[in-house]
Amino acid sequence: MSAPTNPVTQDSAGFVVELEQFSGPLDLLLHLIHEDEVDITDLPIAKIADQFLAVISELGLNQAADYLEMAARLLRIKAQMLLPRRLGDDEWEDPRAELVRRLLEYQQIRELVEWLGAAAARRAEQFGRGFSPEPPAAPPAPLVIDLNDLLAAAERVIALIPEPVLHRVVPRPLDVEGATARIQALLAARDTFGWGDVVGARSTIVDVLSTFIALLELAKRGALHVHQEGPFAPIQIRRESPREAR
Amino acid sequence: MNPLAKLVEAALFASARPLTVDELLTLDPSAGATAVRAALAELRDAFATGDHGVELIEIAQGWQFLTRREYAEAIDRAQFALRPRRLSPAALETLAIIAYRQPVGRIEVDEIRGVDSGAVIEKLSERGLVEIVTRGEGLGRPLLYGTTPQFLEILGLKDLDELPRLEELSVALRPPAPAELE
Repeated sequence: MSAPTNPVTQDSAGFVVELEQFSGPLDLLLHLIHEDEVDITDLPIAKIADQFLAVISELGLNQAADYLEMAARLLRIKAQMLLPRRLGDDEWEDPRAELVRRLLEYQQIRELVEWLGAAAARRAEQFGRGFSPEPPAAPPAPLVIDLNDLLAAAERVIALIPEPVLHRVVPRPLDVEGATARIQALLAARDTFGWGDVVGARSTIVDVLSTFIALLELAKRGALHVHQEGPFAPIQIRRESPREAR
Repeated sequence: MNPLAKLVEAALFASARPLTVDELLTLDPSAGATAVRAALAELRDAFATGDHGVELIEIAQGWQFLTRREYAEAIDRAQFALRPRRLSPAALETLAIIAYRQPVGRIEVDEIRGVDSGAVIEKLSERGLVEIVTRGEGLGRPLLYGTTPQFLEILGLKDLDELPRLEELSVALRPPAPAELE
């Protein structure tokens, strides 16, 4: 790198620049340009380059590669500007063009930064619902225990074992077994009998259902025969012959 | 108030982040997006016209209850809630470039800023403000970054269209022409 052995002396004396306030060489350059109130598109490159070098050498920035690279670029442009050119040469390309383009682009970004910063500050005036993520669970402590502790723990656990629970017995709503037993008792006594003999006069709906299911079950097993003369006629129950019965 | 509006209000209250219409639809898929939007408008108006300390804001492509601005200082002073950390100028520069050029690679951000931006992008990514959205076509298939809903949230924007248009900035700039680059 062709860094100057002796940076040109600073133009504006007493010019104090804090480097921390700049986010890079372009920011510093823009700052210098605004300080000098010069036209960014017609950059007095020699002056700006000298100021830039003075600032970064004063600030001991020589290690910052980004600033050094910009310094080298400025010096190259400065040198190119010094090269003679013929008047009216349309082919001549302003060596500052690329730098100016980047500076304008960067200036636009700085404007956006202000806009974004203002938007963020405005948003920070409003709070959403608080949310604090749960702290991560602490890792389990290493197990330190002696025999007495272990026995005591075992006793505590044994003490916690509940007494056997006695279940409360509730009557089943449908008593098909009872009805079956009643029918079988009747079958043992008589060959035939009617529906009324089984359920009795004061039967509940549950009795009727239980008895009916029991009858169907016994008929399926072949223990009895169920017969009805017609719809809604009394049901007649007859014992099957012992040969067919189970 | 219509029952759907109350359900939406409850969901928004329970959530610590903005909820989108699509997310709110999962509360009652039979309701339909139009009904959810109507419920949101009803809620917003109810909280705007009534005397409330919070308001319903459209933000980050969703909706969220936020405290009214006038109470910011009192809440802040009492330390009931923390203001988000301010972003550094370097972070804002990088965010601005990524927001306008997304998807964009680190090299381009470096070029525009004139400094290495790797560490800044890393931090923004940790804060969930930018994320890798795809890979570029160029050499080494560079990672390309874009902004996240969280980015919109910390700026209080509904969507990216609310960012200022480049033409509106005082510095008018031609769009970057590849031929101009070295």
